[in-house]
Amino acid sequence: MTAQAALIRRDIRIAVRVGGGALIGVLFFLTVVVLMPFAVGPDLALLTRLGPAILWLGALLASLLTLDRLFMADHEDGSLDLIVMSRTPLELACATKALAHWMAAGLPLIVATPVLGLLLNLDTRSTAAVALTLLAGTPSLTFTGMIGAALAVTLHRGGLLLAVLVLPLSIPVLIFGVAASQAAISGLSFGAPFSILCALSLVSFVVGPFAAAASLRHGLD
Amino acid sequence: MTLIDLANPSKFLSLTARVLPWLAAVTAIVLAIGLYQSATAPDDYQQGATVKIMFVHVPNAWLSMLVWGVMSLAALGTLVWRHPLADVAAKAAAPIGAAFTFLALVTGSLWGRPMWGTYWEWDARLTSVLILFLMYLGLIALWRAVEDPSRAARAAAVLTLVGAINLPIIKFSVDWWNTLHQPASVMRLGGPTLDRAFLVPLLMMAAAFSLLFVTLLLAAMRNEILRRRLRSLQMMQARAFSSEVDAGSREKTVPFGAA
Repeated sequence: MTAQAALIRRDIRIAVRVGGGALIGVLFFLTVVVLMPFAVGPDLALLTRLGPAILWLGALLASLLTLDRLFMADHEDGSLDLIVMSRTPLELACATKALAHWMAAGLPLIVATPVLGLLLNLDTRSTAAVALTLLAGTPSLTFTGMIGAALAVTLHRGGLLLAVLVLPLSIPVLIFGVAASQAAISGLSFGAPFSILCALSLVSFVVGPFAAAASLRHGLD
Repeated sequence: MTLIDLANPSKFLSLTARVLPWLAAVTAIVLAIGLYQSATAPDDYQQGATVKIMFVHVPNAWLSMLVWGVMSLAALGTLVWRHPLADVAAKAAAPIGAAFTFLALVTGSLWGRPMWGTYWEWDARLTSVLILFLMYLGLIALWRAVEDPSRAARAAAVLTLVGAINLPIIKFSVDWWNTLHQPASVMRLGGPTLDRAFLVPLLMMAAAFSLLFVTLLLAAMRNEILRRRLRSLQMMQARAFSSEVDAGSREKTVPFGAA
């Protein structure tokens, strides 16, 4: 347990320090949301209607953007080899790293959501609904994206390839995240889509670490 | 002849060289029968002659999913048994699967135009087939991004298996998201609702397309094996050349040092 705690503390510390780049994700999120009114027009009623979708897309892209740092930096300075060879099972180490990454790069997105909701003319209830669905859904984005990050580091390719591989896998989360937010806003049943969103996150907690560990184990040389 | 014997690419090449012409002939015959039966099948009382698009569309759609299943088995072969032909099969199957998926989309779109009045509708089945197509393209991009085939094979195997787990989830999500397409009418409990006049040609066409897939897969695997041999021969040649150059430069430097 102490090994995991140490790994989390180390990863968060690296992420928030100079060169870490965790907070660039939030800046990107803000920029994407600010760009939207320029594309669809400053019509507040339309923005209110599109708000949850815009916030979800922004969060999806922002979490994707920070993903290729997940293993790449560790691979470059050699600490990934130490993690692979350590006594901690690689699956557990991957899950820990993903958790740390989510805490450093995912949580700030959720904290920023109320401010961005204000820009999109969302009321308190809608903003709370979007923030809650993001809280339930973004871990799934990180854990699924970790598979792509692990593939990218073993192939020495990142960027666009990672995005192309990971984005189709994140469609269910996007569907149920937006569905749950819309349901909460329009007063429909919030429970069903929200529970499925949570279930998707739980599935990704299982699949993500195993697939990422398999990819690292088979791919690193 | 077991799966292990086939691990030797030379044995595989000689066996498929004997099997392939027969397989291709059987495929051509079954396809001809299927096409004849499709052409002579009666028109639907509602859809008219356009119902015949089904005989091409539905086998393509089945194959688009079946090929991912075959690739998942090959991925297990790569990761679990390290079978040397498994990654060859997986790599050869990906473009074929993408082609079937693309044809399913195109024929579906051509069918949708007279039936629904639009080429594209964001309905659940169309959308999930489109996502499947995107995943095929992503997989092909992954194969093409890396030069070393064995390294690419293991990454592609992981992605294929992750896709196999995720595809049903994506399908379910998209179903939830929107449903306009008619529900499944052949593969369901209580027998098919399709009339025999349509079912027989459809099954014949499905058999023909499956045979076509096996034929294309074996041919593509042969090509891939030959391509890899060519690659290793070229690398050997390049290595021999560079060592020759090294030896040549050493010969030049030795007299210089001696002098």
